[in-house]
Amino acid sequence: MADIALDRPAAASREGASAWSRLRTSRGWLGLWFMAPAALILLLFLAFPLVKGIWLSFTDTRIGRGGAFVGLENYEWLWDDSVFWLSVFNTLLYTAIASVAKFGIGLYLALLLNKRLPFKALIRSIVLIPFVVPTVLSALAFWWIFDSQFSIISWSLRHLGLLDHNIDFLGDPTWARTCVIFANIWRGVPFIAITLLAGLQTVSPSLYEAATIDGATPWQNFRHITFPLLTPIIAVVMTFSVLFTFTDFQLIWAMTRGGPVNATHLMATLSYQRGILSGSLGEGAAIATAMVPFLMLAIMISWFGLQNRKWQSG
Amino acid sequence: MTSFDRRSILKGGAALGLASAAGLDGFARAWAQENQWKPEAGASLKLLRWKRFIPSEDEAFMRLVDAFTKATGVPVSVTSESFDDIQPKASVAANTGQGPDMVWGLYSFPALFPSKCLEVGDVADYLGKKYGGWVPAAEAYGKVKGKWIAIPMAFNGGYINYRISSVKKAGFDKVPEDLDGFLELCRAMKKNNTPCGFALGHATGDGNSWAHWALWAHDAYLVDANEKIVINSPETAKALEYVKNLYQTFIPGTVSWNDSSNNKAFLSGDLHLTNNGISIYATAKTERKDIAEDMDHAVYPVGKSGKPTEFQLAFPILAYTYTKAPNACKAFMAFALEAQNYNAWLEASQGYLCHPLNAYANNPIWTADPKNKVFREASTRTLAAGGLAPVSEKVAAVLADFVVIDMFAAYCTGRDDAKGAIRTAERQAQRIFRSS
Repeated sequence: MADIALDRPAAASREGASAWSRLRTSRGWLGLWFMAPAALILLLFLAFPLVKGIWLSFTDTRIGRGGAFVGLENYEWLWDDSVFWLSVFNTLLYTAIASVAKFGIGLYLALLLNKRLPFKALIRSIVLIPFVVPTVLSALAFWWIFDSQFSIISWSLRHLGLLDHNIDFLGDPTWARTCVIFANIWRGVPFIAITLLAGLQTVSPSLYEAATIDGATPWQNFRHITFPLLTPIIAVVMTFSVLFTFTDFQLIWAMTRGGPVNATHLMATLSYQRGILSGSLGEGAAIATAMVPFLMLAIMISWFGLQNRKWQSG
Repeated sequence: MTSFDRRSILKGGAALGLASAAGLDGFARAWAQENQWKPEAGASLKLLRWKRFIPSEDEAFMRLVDAFTKATGVPVSVTSESFDDIQPKASVAANTGQGPDMVWGLYSFPALFPSKCLEVGDVADYLGKKYGGWVPAAEAYGKVKGKWIAIPMAFNGGYINYRISSVKKAGFDKVPEDLDGFLELCRAMKKNNTPCGFALGHATGDGNSWAHWALWAHDAYLVDANEKIVINSPETAKALEYVKNLYQTFIPGTVSWNDSSNNKAFLSGDLHLTNNGISIYATAKTERKDIAEDMDHAVYPVGKSGKPTEFQLAFPILAYTYTKAPNACKAFMAFALEAQNYNAWLEASQGYLCHPLNAYANNPIWTADPKNKVFREASTRTLAAGGLAPVSEKVAAVLADFVVIDMFAAYCTGRDDAKGAIRTAERQAQRIFRSS
């Protein structure tokens, strides 16, 4: 119907109509108009802040006053800045460990929840709780749990006679990193579990039936049916998970503020500290921009490594 | 004999509050008639301030705000944020030109964006002349390049809070006022299992103040008066050694402490000496009377120079250039610091706030309780944020980046040796001061 409606004026244009009427009736032009709002939104809310951020990183802009173009100066200073490199190391460590752990636990939970369980709906709701609780609230709870003087863990272990002193959870660099990674895993697992569970439910039971008739073991079922069919979802979920983890801010800021001695400073928290708290917007933007290549790499790995399979392209 | 019960005390308190509020309103009306900064027609003000630590201070402040509104007809809406959230919000408002008309924040935050601050030299001159002049640190915080960009409303004295019994048990009658004696006291207290502790984490108030005191007490500075970086010096190495020795006497966990951690630890009875404002004592008076009776305050030890090198928290208030009611902002600042308002407010703060104007040194709060006494000196014993250097956006960045605390923490925890810790701090200072 639409084609017929559009064909009529087009026929008129062939009879020597003006350029305007040809443009008015062009399907390509019409398509461009339909795309314009979406493109505008993307340009305004995604591209502009990104480009502006990158531009700021080449300036010495401070809060409250515009800056001059300084070329790569901010990056040169970062190159020789041990705190920045420590934050890069922390971010990579945090992202790698937390993402792998979240994936493992999330997949395990998804497989478990996909089975026939009593109170399945209730259990699924409970699994979602860490994701539903506002991040700052859960971070504050963890801050108390890992407090150097009042930790419930230290208290319990001391009262059980297993320790004679408090564990310095957030004061020791290794412990502090472990604690923030643990908190991130706790918070991130539900997202992965529930999304993978949705993917699992799209796998046709007939495939499992056929494989079982052929004598496949549960592991073979998982290896040759579940995992390959879940791969596209895993690619999407892990891409998001890595992005969220890499850019995490709230958990760290509420629990450690980057301490002890910057041992848990991530690039996002350092960018905030330098850009907003210290007022050096240019430097903060440079740190934030330095995150982009890492994020691009993570996306490439997820998409080309996990999604672009032969079976998928037929 | 007159007997009081809870009801009669409450009634009396309410009546007193009403009477004082009525008095304040009367003064406010008279003041508004003579006020030289006539508020703009239809003006209303939004004020962002730091979140209270002493409830009575906040109540007195709100009474003052209420009196101002009644007298001038300018509504003032007050919101509060925690110490750490004030500066980011103030910075964003400065950058976007949107937000509160006035911000009452910490340290040298107006110096982060001096061009966005309304010049308030006329208010500063008026108050200075009327109330015996500004203390030197107040002038240092209020002025950038000779211009008043903020009015230092108050200081918060942070001093040594200690348990009297623990200090006596350690063999001392009082907290020593020299560096070596102070270290000896902390060592003795550690031996007695009554440890001390100072925040070595990213604690904006307590952390910055004691770390800078420790540095300056050894005649070591990050930058000199001309903003030349001088942190790489034998004096800094001595300061590092001293703080490391002190750190070995600390209760575990101080590297992760924020501004509230030492309050909690002291009030729980685990911590016996720390640096803090009077808020621990104020809380203890209502919640832990046993601790309140057994605690007192002392000044920081004086270092080699023989002069106090304290670093106290300053609370300057600024108005933005984008405000549509600059006169109303100035009127509010002047009104708040008038004696009829300020004395009552100072008293209500129970010693948490210390005056920036010399005339208020005689406020009864400083003699009402002997344990308040040292806090009176806070604004006159303190150096400004830069130590030797003038207050500037760079000095504010040093505080926000925790350069000095991190230097001490890196050395104390063994993450860096002395040279490495100094080198990192020097590098951070070079980064921050590079365009000087």
